[in-house]
Amino acid sequence: MAENTAQAVVPEVLTSGARPSPVSTSIRGALRWLGIVPFGVYVALGLAAPTIAIAVAAFRNSSTGAFTASNFNTALKGTYLLGLKTSLLLSIATAIVPGIFGLLLAYAIYTAKRGNVLRQVVVTASGVFANFGGVPLAFLFIATLSTTGIVTGWIKDIFSVDIWNHGFTLYNTSGVFIVYMYFQIPLMVLVILPALEGLRPAWREAAQNMGAGTWQYWRYVGGPVLLPSFLGCLLLLFGSAFSAYATAEALTGGTIALTPIQIGALLNGNVLAGQENLGYALGLTMIVIIAIVMVIYTILQRRAARWLR
Amino acid sequence: MTALVAAAKKEGVLNVITLPTDWANYGTIMKDFTAKYGIKINDANPEGSSGQEITAVEQLKGQSRAPDVVDVGPSFAVEGATDHLWAPYEVATWSNIPADAKDPNGDWYADYGGYVAIGYNPAKVKVAPTSFASLTNPAYKNEIGLNNSPTTAGAAFAAVYAAALANGGSFSNIEPGIKYFAHLKQIGNFVPTAVGGPTTVQNGTTPILIWWDYLLESEVKSVIPGFKIVIPSDASYASYYDQAISATAPDPAAARLWEEYLYSTTGQNLWLQGYTRPIELATLVANGTVDKTAEAALPPAPSGALTFPSSAQSATAETVVTQNWPTQVGG
Repeated sequence: MAENTAQAVVPEVLTSGARPSPVSTSIRGALRWLGIVPFGVYVALGLAAPTIAIAVAAFRNSSTGAFTASNFNTALKGTYLLGLKTSLLLSIATAIVPGIFGLLLAYAIYTAKRGNVLRQVVVTASGVFANFGGVPLAFLFIATLSTTGIVTGWIKDIFSVDIWNHGFTLYNTSGVFIVYMYFQIPLMVLVILPALEGLRPAWREAAQNMGAGTWQYWRYVGGPVLLPSFLGCLLLLFGSAFSAYATAEALTGGTIALTPIQIGALLNGNVLAGQENLGYALGLTMIVIIAIVMVIYTILQRRAARWLR
Repeated sequence: MTALVAAAKKEGVLNVITLPTDWANYGTIMKDFTAKYGIKINDANPEGSSGQEITAVEQLKGQSRAPDVVDVGPSFAVEGATDHLWAPYEVATWSNIPADAKDPNGDWYADYGGYVAIGYNPAKVKVAPTSFASLTNPAYKNEIGLNNSPTTAGAAFAAVYAAALANGGSFSNIEPGIKYFAHLKQIGNFVPTAVGGPTTVQNGTTPILIWWDYLLESEVKSVIPGFKIVIPSDASYASYYDQAISATAPDPAAARLWEEYLYSTTGQNLWLQGYTRPIELATLVANGTVDKTAEAALPPAPSGALTFPSSAQSATAETVVTQNWPTQVGG
């Protein structure tokens, strides 16, 4: 009987140690959730609230405040439709081309030895250049490559060629494309480098042991592992170009139609009065496009993460 | 007036918005007002736009830092009146303001303005431009700029309007102005950068700049000695900004005193010293109270009475420019 009692007590102690009582579970659960409260508040105030406000305003008449879909009728026609198309095309082009250059540059860095000075310089410089933008960036290009720019002058002196007389210009879509490369390539280097570093040397050795050449390694091992990350990075570049505003505005004076510039003209300008809600409708259209991009990005990231653990 | 001064001094503060100190002499004007009445001026968002002024009036309503008075472009003054944002007020010199430059109800009233002008740096521009027609000269290749995009900046929009007047257009028809700039771009004379200003004149990106005469005077000529400013002979387009008092002003007496001060001889002459043309300039000249030195510093005004587009005409023109500028001038 005594033994039985003892036996009955021991498991009880064990169970209470191994499995916490329902009360302490809920406290620990609550604590776990408490940790993300600041982030939740941040997301609610910084992302959810403005999005909802824009979505509501997009369906309102600017002067009467009545609900209407007419803002979208205007937003998806004429110059605004052209703006969306140009924005999309420019963003796709300034994602793919710098994406490829950035990948090549990142690969060169990846193959360099760790601790190599040049490698550190390139990575640090990428961090700086990727964040350089806006009016200063536009002005940097005007000062160097405009008709009276320094580099234009050098080319004129050395090769006796005025590039501006041969079709070169900064002030149209191709000019904006050139300027965007300035921050898109370094951005690509920064975001693709971790993925490259996730390629384990052991995989390559294993492939070589089975007789694979360089081409076969990249075709069957490296490429497929890298592809989701690469596409994900392209989407990130797309988003970065899609939302860029001040550089293109400063460079082209509104002569190319881009949605962010049009939103700026509607909300902040000195010319168009009383059409703020059309601006919100354009904003909502951009949010929808970015949301689609983010969903694809998440799916790609999930695929990429399988190999990078 | 004595009662107004007393009430304003009791409030002790005036909230203005988007007044750059180097714009239309506002730096001196604000300093002088504070010195005269002992009322502190808070200038919010000095580099902001008319659109941001309207937003601030709407969103800061009820707060002590809400704007008391605004200085906005004509279309924004009209929009604010439609939305009942303004408190009607008639300054003592109300009758000196031309009828088409004020709201009959007293909601808004023109304050100062100027003409669309062509400025150029004679060191780089050998042939002096005189008109919009003269700007098509092939000698001006890659030389002509606007201060910004006509879809966002009032001055650039006015330049397109003026070019329309010079090319067979009218207040109801801005399209010839857009066509004119498309042609200038096509022959390579127009540089469509949106950062036109003293720097782009100085470094040679746009040695010819089309802007308001008063801004060419105060912002460009001040850094480039010898800079020349001419009002184009084939188009005289003038535009005035408007004053309005917020209906929800936290300092209503100070706001009214500010308006009285701006429309006094002192206030009007201070604007004139900032190279702008105050709305009561004709009265000042007639009364002999005008600051003659400041008046002589301005490029000579074209003869004839001032005319302005109606708000309906402006609204149509704005939509036409927004829709057609990128398709016709861009590419």
